[in-house]
Amino acid sequence: MSAKPRLGVFKFASCDGCQLSLLDAEDELLAVAGAVDIAFFPEASSRMEPGPYDVALVEGSITTAHDAERIHEVRRESKFLMTIGACATAGGIQALRNWGDSEEFVRAVYAHPEYIQTLATSTAIADHVKVDFELRGCPINHHQLVEVLASLIAGRKPRTPTHAVCLDCKRKGTVCVTVAQGIACLGPVTQSGCDAICPSYDRGCYGCYGPLKQANPTSLADHLVQLNHPPAQLVPLFRSFNGYAEEFRGVGDGMERRMKDEG
Amino acid sequence: MSTTTTQTSPADPSALDDRLFLARDNLQALIDLLVAQGHQVIGPKIDQGAIVYTEIQSVDELPRGWTDIQQPGQYRLEKRNDDAYFGFVVGPHSWKRYLFPPITTIAVADQTPQGWEMRGHPGPTPKYAFLGVRACELAAMRVQDRVFLEGPYVDPIYQSRREEAVIIAVNCTQAAATCFCTSMKTGPECQSGFDLALTETAGGFTVVIGSTRGRALAEQLPLRPAVAEEQAAARAGRERAEQQVTKQFDTTDIRDLLLKNLNHPHWADVAERCLSCTNCTMVCPTCFCSSVVDVGDLAGEHVERERRWDSCFNLDFSYMNGGVIRNDVRSRYRQWLTHKLASWIDQFGQSGCVGCGRCITWCPVGIDLTVEVAALRSETAV
Ligand code: SF4
Ligand code: SF4
Ligand code: SF4
Ligand code: SF4
Repeated sequence: MSAKPRLGVFKFASCDGCQLSLLDAEDELLAVAGAVDIAFFPEASSRMEPGPYDVALVEGSITTAHDAERIHEVRRESKFLMTIGACATAGGIQALRNWGDSEEFVRAVYAHPEYIQTLATSTAIADHVKVDFELRGCPINHHQLVEVLASLIAGRKPRTPTHAVCLDCKRKGTVCVTVAQGIACLGPVTQSGCDAICPSYDRGCYGCYGPLKQANPTSLADHLVQLNHPPAQLVPLFRSFNGYAEEFRGVGDGMERRMKDEG
Repeated sequence: MSTTTTQTSPADPSALDDRLFLARDNLQALIDLLVAQGHQVIGPKIDQGAIVYTEIQSVDELPRGWTDIQQPGQYRLEKRNDDAYFGFVVGPHSWKRYLFPPITTIAVADQTPQGWEMRGHPGPTPKYAFLGVRACELAAMRVQDRVFLEGPYVDPIYQSRREEAVIIAVNCTQAAATCFCTSMKTGPECQSGFDLALTETAGGFTVVIGSTRGRALAEQLPLRPAVAEEQAAARAGRERAEQQVTKQFDTTDIRDLLLKNLNHPHWADVAERCLSCTNCTMVCPTCFCSSVVDVGDLAGEHVERERRWDSCFNLDFSYMNGGVIRNDVRSRYRQWLTHKLASWIDQFGQSGCVGCGRCITWCPVGIDLTVEVAALRSETAV
């Protein structure tokens, strides 16, 4: 990639937290601004130049027919498309609608449901277009974002670790909250990225960085049930920011089916 | 080969007798002496619901009156009915984190008008004193000595820390359900590899000198000769630990058992349960794998080279030339166990397991390597 890649930042259904993470990276932001040509970033600048872009950062999930069209446009205009965050990568917390009746939600929430045009589902960007790189997290870790941008500029592979959150606990010396306190923690099935913040505050991991590759959430869920965690609490644990990611979805759905079978 | 000063075995076998005694009220004098000699004392302390190894300055920080109850996948602290200082066994930390730190910067590079300027980054060597090292942990240090000091490539970080570290061992006077040092012939009694070894009794500690450095320490401590009752109490405590080690691990022909059964269906059975989360390898006091990464700034002008603990349970760890070699949990669990218990013997002339039980307790789903090997053994027609 040439010296100053043109960067575009695009928003779909999301809370803007991931874009804010980029703006939060105060120390690195100037370096980012110096190293890339920020051509389109409505959240940060009024400069909105047309494509093509060398790198597109895509935040948010697809929840409307219009967005389902627009993502194809972004893809056409972009050489390298990278999703940022759990919404873009797995559908986000708004993918909870995928288990419910979105029309009913619209009727319950809005005074004029007829003005609301929405799809029945919230889906990941990769369900619609080819994605070149997925940067995980809810929100993303700005150090990782800077690392990926640096790798693109240098033309090398990004070094964003794919190991479990547990490894970070152990490097930091954090005592395992599941083993020592019986707290339900998704760390063993979740990809690293936050440096294991929650366990260091005596909380279980919420799975913000999505499923570990080749994760084994079924074994973890079975074990947590043995530790007397009620399935009715485990289902929502798996069904959060990354709940619609295949591995987490499968285990949540499986538990729910068993709960129904057992009445 | 480099030897450390803590490696001296007592020349006089009677040195292992509990001839000296440190009164309970004088334990602080030991800490003070170590601190006065410029050591950072690392010892057991309660933190986050467990007994961890961290810097201590006072006996008041020790887990006095507490014990640990351990099971596969479970660890709990419990009050004792006495106020013993060392009435517990090993916890989630091991001394490995001080001798082979989890993250270390090993080199830095800066771009200059003349090109890249690269320099090593050794950093100052901390002068540790480890208080409360158990027999299995002494054995683990010997295993890591073999890895880091006795091959063709000596690790300078480990070497300098190891040489500086004073080892104050403590004999176990009880054992956990996860301990199996007797099967691995590493404990529970400390035989060598320490400067001083203590056995706790109600009134204080019998003391054994294990090295010249230990002798020099002893000379400056308020020690007195132990009386027969104190020696008997110390012996009884050590025997109690030995009796409490109930976990048995049959290691007969273990190398061949594992290496000749690489396609045994039991590996797939474990893989159903294993999370490939790395916890077992991280808590294991002998596991030594690391990876080296260069961390650069956005401008590409400053790079730091870091060495970080890594694990055979990570997918990327076996990424080579465009592909992952151990591409399922089954082959990764098999790698851990066959290395630890079998090919380690080929590589280093001894087992990589010292029987401390940490991997059993700290596995979030309670996988017990001794049970897995026993199952594989029983399912194998020999
Ligand atoms: S606290 Fe959670 S993330 Fe940390 S080691 Fe335990 S299970 Fe893994
Ligand atoms: S394995 Fe043996 S030496 Fe180690 S803590 Fe347990 S009883 Fe003590
Ligand atoms: S393999 Fe397990 S029991 Fe053996 S030394 Fe390592 S952590 Fe301890
Ligand atoms: S054996 Fe246990 S601790 Fe080790 S990787 Fe598997 S699940 Fe994690």
